[in-house]
Amino acid sequence: MIHFIEAVMQYGFLQKALITSVMVGVISGVIGCFIILRGMALMGDAISHAVLPGVAISFMLGINFFIGAVITGILTAVGIGFINQNSRVKNDSAIGIMFTAAFAAGIILITFLKSSTDLYHILFGNVLAVRPSDMWMTLIVGVFVLVSVFIFYKELLVSSFDPIMSQAYGLPTKMIHYFLMILLTLVTVASLQTVGIILVVAMLITPASTAYLLTDRLSVMIGISATCGTISAIIGLYLSFTYNLASGATIVLVATALFFTAFIFSPKQGLLWRSIRTNKQKSAVS
Amino acid sequence: MNNAIVVSNLHVSYYGKEVLQNIGFTISEGKSVGIIGPNGAGKSTLLKALLNLIPKDKGEITILGSELKEVRKRIAYVPQRSTIDWDFPITVKDTVLIGTYPTIGLLRRPGRLEKELALKCLEKVDMTEFQNRQIGELSGGQQQRVFLARALAQQADLFLLDEPFVGIDATSEEMIVKILKELRDVGKTIIVVHHDLNKAEKYFDELLLLNKELIAKGSVKEVFTPKTIASAYGGQLSFLDEVMAK
Repeated sequence: MIHFIEAVMQYGFLQKALITSVMVGVISGVIGCFIILRGMALMGDAISHAVLPGVAISFMLGINFFIGAVITGILTAVGIGFINQNSRVKNDSAIGIMFTAAFAAGIILITFLKSSTDLYHILFGNVLAVRPSDMWMTLIVGVFVLVSVFIFYKELLVSSFDPIMSQAYGLPTKMIHYFLMILLTLVTVASLQTVGIILVVAMLITPASTAYLLTDRLSVMIGISATCGTISAIIGLYLSFTYNLASGATIVLVATALFFTAFIFSPKQGLLWRSIRTNKQKSAVS
Repeated sequence: MNNAIVVSNLHVSYYGKEVLQNIGFTISEGKSVGIIGPNGAGKSTLLKALLNLIPKDKGEITILGSELKEVRKRIAYVPQRSTIDWDFPITVKDTVLIGTYPTIGLLRRPGRLEKELALKCLEKVDMTEFQNRQIGELSGGQQQRVFLARALAQQADLFLLDEPFVGIDATSEEMIVKILKELRDVGKTIIVVHHDLNKAEKYFDELLLLNKELIAKGSVKEVFTPKTIASAYGGQLSFLDEVMAK
């Protein structure tokens, strides 16, 4: 561990990696809470894959890849909603159809870019190669996402909890949905270099689910989720650096380990206390 | 007396299948009205159409003397209990606090005043001691009381409740009925989707009997005639016998 801290002090690339992954841990933890509470985990996976063609097109046109990513991300979200509302195809199938299509188109576009290493890094992340510009972009996106959630917290809460009541009193729930999709694409693109497209969904749903098992208040859940995301990022990066493991995968596995810890030991929801309480009750009545 | 709701010539359909046909009625302010009818009669649909939660094909709706969008904040809507995610990480207190959201507007947070109001409403439904519980830990009746408290916190003039008495205990039902009567007595308008004919006459001033079309509307006596009930509940004979026996 001391060796890792020394290395962080010493190497700029490691500092950038650490800052970027912590930011990603925080923002995906925050947005993830709303994603899982709205029952949109699969949608999170879909949008994260759907940014691929956008990223590819942005590279071709030489524009900032956030722009292309947000466009293809939102188009896919709209397409899923359209199929869902205008046919008997179920929501999860509509999601599956649209995101695999976007992802496939993305793979073909990326091969036109002629460098296969790019594809590999986009898919799996390479946090140790984060450039200063990437780090700043992640920080800006992170601040934007956090400020948005802070400003619209009340509206996000009520539209996630009771969409019918929110609509009844005049909240634009559809707009809130698409706004959340925009935030989701931004978080996804910000996470590209840390964990990569394929594993972004883990950072969205695993820390949030861990937090979900530990509290009965949304504000606390968001805090715990962001903390789990951060811890996963730091420990994951440490393990990845020390044992030369793939950074994204390591971060995700740390997040998973935290989830199972909560799954077993959570005071209210955990497997362990539940079975202890059950047995106590059983022996009390027998 | 002013009219709380005026509906004329209302048609609503889902994907071409007509659910409500040519509905027209007027409800005066300060009345409590039960919407009754068999399953699939379009009772909840009517409530949702009033709030434009489902688009209408045709028809005019005037609420509290204006267009809906002018008066949304003066309406409190309590959805069916089955539409709520009871595992949501929210406490009883915070659920009631949501009732203050419509009036405090964007960018502002509920402050001391709103929190006091929420607690007062919780007290009204006798749920103060449960204020820090997660909502899923309550019984069905307690949950419904919490949602009524939330509606109270909206300080609305018109209350729309969708099947509030389904799956709840007698004490909660009595309490909710009592509070709704108190609201009516201070001039609020109450509209309740209700499926139990037996209690309808005790609970409401007026009834709307619905089965895709409006079968009858008026005082309980006017609506509860063998003829109207038969035309609404046609095939459902056991139900019919029950009513006839009374």
